[in-house]
Amino acid sequence: MSTTSNSSQASASPGRWERVRDSYMWYSFKRDRTAQLCLAVFICMVIAAFASPLIAPTNPYDLAQIDIMSSELPPFWIDGADDRYALGTDAQGRDLWSIVLYGTRVSLLIGFGAVILQALLGVTFGLMAGYLGGRVDTILMRLADIQLSFSTLMVAIVVGALVKATMGSAFYSQYAVMMLILIIGLAEWPQYARTVRASVLAEKNKEYVDAARVMGLRSKRIMFRHVLPNTMSPIFVISTVQIANAIISEAALSFLGLGMPETHPSLGSLIKSGFDYIQSGSWWITLIPGAVLVVLVLSINLLGDWLRDVMNPRLYKG
Amino acid sequence: MSAHAEAMTENPMPTPRQNEESADSLLQIRDLKKRFSLSGDFLDQLRFKGGKLVRHQEYVHAINGVNLDIKRGEALCVVGESGCGKSTVARTVMGLLTPSEGEIRYDGQRIDNLSSRQLLPYRKRMQMIFQNPYASLNPRMTIQQTLEEPLRLHHPDWKRPKILEKVEEVMHSVGIDPDWGKRFGHEFSGGQRQRIAIARALAVDPEFIVADEPISALDVSIQAQVLNLLMEAQQERNLTYLFITHDLAVVEHFGTRVAVMYLGTVCEIATTATLFEKPRHPYTQALLSAIPRLKDDRPQHIRLSGEVPTPVNLPSGCVFHGRCPHANSRCKQEIPLLQTQDDGTRVACHAVEEGRL
Repeated sequence: MSTTSNSSQASASPGRWERVRDSYMWYSFKRDRTAQLCLAVFICMVIAAFASPLIAPTNPYDLAQIDIMSSELPPFWIDGADDRYALGTDAQGRDLWSIVLYGTRVSLLIGFGAVILQALLGVTFGLMAGYLGGRVDTILMRLADIQLSFSTLMVAIVVGALVKATMGSAFYSQYAVMMLILIIGLAEWPQYARTVRASVLAEKNKEYVDAARVMGLRSKRIMFRHVLPNTMSPIFVISTVQIANAIISEAALSFLGLGMPETHPSLGSLIKSGFDYIQSGSWWITLIPGAVLVVLVLSINLLGDWLRDVMNPRLYKG
Repeated sequence: MSAHAEAMTENPMPTPRQNEESADSLLQIRDLKKRFSLSGDFLDQLRFKGGKLVRHQEYVHAINGVNLDIKRGEALCVVGESGCGKSTVARTVMGLLTPSEGEIRYDGQRIDNLSSRQLLPYRKRMQMIFQNPYASLNPRMTIQQTLEEPLRLHHPDWKRPKILEKVEEVMHSVGIDPDWGKRFGHEFSGGQRQRIAIARALAVDPEFIVADEPISALDVSIQAQVLNLLMEAQQERNLTYLFITHDLAVVEHFGTRVAVMYLGTVCEIATTATLFEKPRHPYTQALLSAIPRLKDDRPQHIRLSGEVPTPVNLPSGCVFHGRCPHANSRCKQEIPLLQTQDDGTRVACHAVEEGRL
């Protein structure tokens, strides 16, 4: 009997790679230049951001490496640039290239963290609402409606102000990343819950769910083993949109001064700190992080568009 | 007239005969009713009527008092046109729907009010085969996973080799190559998928199988193969079937007994031979006359006038009276009950009871 299990395992592992190669997704990816470019840009940015301590010439978090005398230096193509600072420096004299790398890392961290939290909450609630139906559905979906009637910014402002008032702003700056993940994660879970609920409603009337019920499986197992895997495609698609949204929300909050502190800036707080100097001619302090943010969000959104086209069965099956 | 009198005396106490019949039956369905609400949630149900707020509820009456006994080892076919409640009966028996009224007994034990945990031992004894093999296999699971799942659930003490052995055995028995186990459902044809679905039902060695139109979604050339597979399984494993179908040719080939349903009620139950030989109920007669035959030796095709009434507002009396050529005033008022005839056939018809037919 062990030979059977061995052979099935042995042939299953190359099968997975072949399945990817034979899949419609891979075929479409090979032909879609936009998707390839966006994925390349996105991967480069992620690698550069998370390898920033290795790549960046200076450590902007280290006060000893900052020289206030070299503040507001322009990037290399403008007269008066300093060779040490390719993209110039900000108002505090930090190397803009280094701080943008570190800032992208913070932004990505918050974006991914918030989306993971949103997905955990939203998928669980959406599955329960869709599959169990009745009271559970009504309660969870009304909760989602209430949650959506507050804008993310408003929730963030209130929570941020409360935490700052009760715990002090030193505490807030220390746990700012956590706080932002929590705020954005809690504010946007209904997006997931609604999408998941809609596809669960479509799936749960299919006969394989009845077959699982007739078998005697518990609701929890049916939800997570049978229904959830079949609702993965919309989850993937909205995840890309939500990551972009979370990064933008974080940037907006930081721009309003409710996000990351000056000492550990994200892309949003960099844009904000440079905004004060834009009138005095130092446009690069705000524009370079702004351009990075746009490229990052654009590449994620275009990838999401491609993914939605691939995974929408109505577009490619019919 | 004597038949009338006999039937009348029998009418007040049908219980002893029912009990007698239930002695050897595996599954008993008693006065089963199932309603589906059409009115939405509580807020949608509120209406203004004459200046007052009233709660207005509307139901689809899918089953209205069905009584059936399924004997051990038989294949009871339930026939009827679409929307007559055949599938609702099947799904209620399997616990996929909870009955609004009535009871279901399995092997003498009431099962319709059990919790899912209490029902688990029965899940192993009764299984279901679904209509659409394209939807009844989880598209994200391999065949091996699909077949292993019920075994792991119902035999938690089994080791992996034993489960693999059982899966292989059951795949052999339905004529699928065990090497196909690592493939997904969508890689198979409809007939092969239905075989896999049958294998999944047989994996836990059930004694009773509910088959809800298991061949109607299949190509005609495949239907016979799957039907023969079901019959072989019945002989080898001593299975009892509740077979839902609308195909009368299948019934003639497959069924031990036949129950004819119309608008949520059973109008006639008979052995297959008797039913095809001598249909009693006017609806059964019309249904059987609709089978196209090569030999034209039978009386004219019975044409029923009108449409099937809506199950939302059920007609009074016999549900068939609006379309029945033999209906009289009694049929419009009184609901006919199933009455046993001398040859064991049970018919719910006032005309048959009174000897008018």
